Amino acid sequence: MEVFIQQLINGITLGSIYGLIALGYTMVFGIIGMVNFAHGDVFMVSAFIALVTFLVLTTWLGIGSIVVALLIVLIVAMLLTSLVNWAIERIAYRPLRGSFRLAPLISAIGMSIFLSNFVQVAQGPRVKSIPPFFNEVIVLMTRDDGYEAAVSYKQIVVWLVTAALLAVFWFVVTRTALGRAQRACEQDQKMAALLGIDVDRTVSITFIIAAALAAVAGTMYLTYYGVVSFADGFVPGVKAFTAAVLGGIGSLPGAVVGGLLIGLVETMWSAYVSTDYKDVAAFSILAITMIFLPQGILGRPDVEKV
Amino acid sequence: MNGAGHDMAPILRVEHLDMRFGGLVAVNDLSFTAGRGDITALIGPNGAGKTTVFNCITGFYKPTEGRIALQYGDPGVWDELAALTDRGERSVARGDGVLFLLERMPDYLVTQQARVARTFQNIRLFQGMTVLENLLVAQHNPLMRASGFTLLGALGLPSYGQAERAAIDKAVYWLEKIALTARADDPAGELPYGDQRRLEIARAMCTDPVLLCLDEPAAGLNPHESAELRRYLHMIRSEHATSILLIEHDMSVVMEISDHIIVLDHGQKIADGTPDAIRNDPKVIAAYLGVEEEEVADVESEIP
Amino acid sequence: MAAEAPSSATRIDVARALREGALAGLIAFGLFLPLIGFNTVQNIHNELVLETRWPLLAAMVAIMAIGRFLYALLVAPWRARLALRPRPEQVAVAPWRAALGRWVVPCALGFAVVYPPLALSLAGVQGAVKWIDNFGVQILIYVMLGWGLNIVVGLAGLLDLGYVAFYAVGAYSYALLAQAFGLSFWILLPLAGCLAAFWGMLLGFPVLRLRGDYLAIVTLAFGEIIRLVLINWVPVTNGYAGISGIPRPSFFGIPFNASDEGFAARFGLEFSPIYRTIFLYYLILALALITAALTVRMRRLPIGRAWEALREDEIACRSLGINTTNTKLTAFAIGAMFAGFAGSFFAARQGFISPESFTFMESAVIVAIVVLGGMGSLVGVAVAAVIMIGGTEIMRELDFLKIVFGRDFDPTQYRMLLFGFAMVLIMVWKPRGLIATRDPSTFLKERKSIAGSHVKEGHG
Repeated sequence: MEVFIQQLINGITLGSIYGLIALGYTMVFGIIGMVNFAHGDVFMVSAFIALVTFLVLTTWLGIGSIVVALLIVLIVAMLLTSLVNWAIERIAYRPLRGSFRLAPLISAIGMSIFLSNFVQVAQGPRVKSIPPFFNEVIVLMTRDDGYEAAVSYKQIVVWLVTAALLAVFWFVVTRTALGRAQRACEQDQKMAALLGIDVDRTVSITFIIAAALAAVAGTMYLTYYGVVSFADGFVPGVKAFTAAVLGGIGSLPGAVVGGLLIGLVETMWSAYVSTDYKDVAAFSILAITMIFLPQGILGRPDVEKV
Repeated sequence: MNGAGHDMAPILRVEHLDMRFGGLVAVNDLSFTAGRGDITALIGPNGAGKTTVFNCITGFYKPTEGRIALQYGDPGVWDELAALTDRGERSVARGDGVLFLLERMPDYLVTQQARVARTFQNIRLFQGMTVLENLLVAQHNPLMRASGFTLLGALGLPSYGQAERAAIDKAVYWLEKIALTARADDPAGELPYGDQRRLEIARAMCTDPVLLCLDEPAAGLNPHESAELRRYLHMIRSEHATSILLIEHDMSVVMEISDHIIVLDHGQKIADGTPDAIRNDPKVIAAYLGVEEEEVADVESEIP
Repeated sequence: MAAEAPSSATRIDVARALREGALAGLIAFGLFLPLIGFNTVQNIHNELVLETRWPLLAAMVAIMAIGRFLYALLVAPWRARLALRPRPEQVAVAPWRAALGRWVVPCALGFAVVYPPLALSLAGVQGAVKWIDNFGVQILIYVMLGWGLNIVVGLAGLLDLGYVAFYAVGAYSYALLAQAFGLSFWILLPLAGCLAAFWGMLLGFPVLRLRGDYLAIVTLAFGEIIRLVLINWVPVTNGYAGISGIPRPSFFGIPFNASDEGFAARFGLEFSPIYRTIFLYYLILALALITAALTVRMRRLPIGRAWEALREDEIACRSLGINTTNTKLTAFAIGAMFAGFAGSFFAARQGFISPESFTFMESAVIVAIVVLGGMGSLVGVAVAAVIMIGGTEIMRELDFLKIVFGRDFDPTQYRMLLFGFAMVLIMVWKPRGLIATRDPSTFLKERKSIAGSHVKEGHG
């Protein structure tokens, strides 16, 4: 029982991170119908930006309070990652918007390769780690042999930040004019343009929001695990994409639900079955979902008009 | 010119066809018969469910309920209908007659085995292929057999070469019928609209159908082109013994050419008969004008 | 779009150029500051600390700013003027270009055939090994893989992102069967191809009813699953360590070694590894040409026409009585077969294989080659392979750049960086690929090329 509770806690934490990245995939797919292959690497870049900012704050500026530092790191990472994603969209995707389907895909793959190698060249291939903080835990249950099911402060931080930002995000998408414009573009781009919505700007803003969410995920990833590497873009990226598909690509709540599910499945699988094949589990879920339930859990089926 | 359709056994019998999409009822208890050698028209206001009926007949949709029976060859095989329905199979043959239950068949088999061909409302030609290639793709199945399912063809055996030449000859025959021989090597996407429509029909005919389903073949055609189309369809019916089922909005085409008209409104049949009968049917007029029947009768009674 | 460009766009406007340059510099500063301006390194206490690289950052910002300034000042007005000129109607290809086109393929073939003796005479025996193996053989492997995937993506319009899985099946089946049963290369090659084709059908069956992007993602997932299985199924595949000691191909029974029965001794030549290399080169050249010949033949058969019709409009195909599921499966299986051939060649050439050679990157590169080639064109795919693979291999030769950038400069690090960047650039420049026209498979009177704007990319 204790093990199960612990895995539940771990799974929800991991799932929150996946969910944040999955939202980025789903938003971009929803508005321009494209799978942004480079999004996982944008997440990785944001983790590195968070790392550098954190080091600047703690080693250069000597900010003592971790909480303050993290807050500043979060904001800076969100800002700079948004800039990166905005630039990526302008350079690699906007010129290809239109009827071409394969070209944006290849461009995105190229961008993904570029980003991971850029970080590798610029920061070196070694794994980067920071000294752990927030190490205290709250013990929930103890087993007879001393095994403790505990939730750590780190995990609580991840949950709180994720929940807070999801709330802000939800508000923006459902209550503001920007959110309405975005949903209009998702439904029918031409019509939205005819009604005076600046589609280019809306797409840019979508990419910026997606990046901001990825940056939150990146900062949380750094906080939780304490290590980052240039190769951390691909596998978490695919898992997050699996989450988006599982929840129903194009559905925002679906992305969050999918993320939590994937996080839980991965954690449970590692604990109860084996750690070796845990990545296979994620990919297999992806394949099975697409074959049997392509619209995902919360999505709507895609009927082709004859 | 009338087909002798109603006296002979029909070619298509639709019975109690229902098509529902979730809560939306697109087609409601539709029954009609298309006569052999007839040109049967399906008309009705927009949204009446005509294309849905087509999609059910041609296997693109699976009907929620109903039976769609098609027969060619010896009409005696119609006697097997009840037994076939009970058996749960798709088709039965007796002598040289074959009977199919189309609602049990996937779209490509409806064309391949039941020999029902169709065209589309929005013209689905292979735009990036030449006119000739479009007509050759239609003859895919006989050519595949002749090429030994690719194996013999890959080895360069002469039997495929002969079959290919025969296929090209057939394509040229149809090109001459629609006066497009000079443009055989042009991409289909470059043809003018009227030519594309005629090409799509020719492509469907290259599959040797017994029933040709045309979805708004006259849409977007000017009066001259409509007259050409009427001649074209007459030729298909008489020279190739192909029955035609068509959806159309252009009343000049429908009234001139059809032997039998079925009128749909909101998924239900509201009239069924000869062009003359339909022309004067108050229910039909009401459906098109969107008014109640009584109002139509009132207006008509005022006209001297 | 062109005719509406405001006339001010064609003028040279220094103020505007300065503004754009400054903005570009600012954006570049924001983009490059965290990861170029700072460098995270470990100090002697094994802690992570920051170093700064202000000069490098300043240089990059300056390059971006000045580059944008020059672009806005000179290039953008020139392009605006170009766009305003009336565009001529689609003219027939100029006769000299058509004539050139007819000579391209024979010349390229000729060059490919004489390449090894050419390399030998220019680089000597030692140098030629590298040129024939790293360049010639490597490029030809990717040309063959590109031609194989071309059937799936280029002709049938099915987006397969897991092609490397079939490559791996070919390689591993060759390796395992050769070690277990000691069969010769010539028997195992077709066997590996058949196994790969079988896998192609197995994998294809559940997924081929998916459309477009969904098919792409599932095939990607399958490719990764196969790689992960290869890594983790240690008893059979030896995991990360891979399989070594794979028997090399022989010259129809005569081995390429230094013994008395060896190739060199038999033919009265001095032993040198060059002979096997040359043999391998001609072998892969033959395999690739077989792939191309079969593709050309199949395009003229009903199956090839059905593939292209499938890419154009699947629903129209079904309405003509074509069983599109079988058509897709055939494309998938035949494409997989060629990958299997290439895989077994790869295993035989290397003598050693490991899961690291079969990553998603490989699938991505091959897809990029096919898309860059354009329109299902064999020539295009070959050119694209030469550019992309040849380009990255050439980068290893750029040692002279050390003179410019200093001894610590390692050009190979930048290979993949430039590769990714080049992929983006090429796609933006030529979204439909290098070859912009499609040649019909049959013609009545004359063979006219079809403009790329009519040809569809396929919906999967």
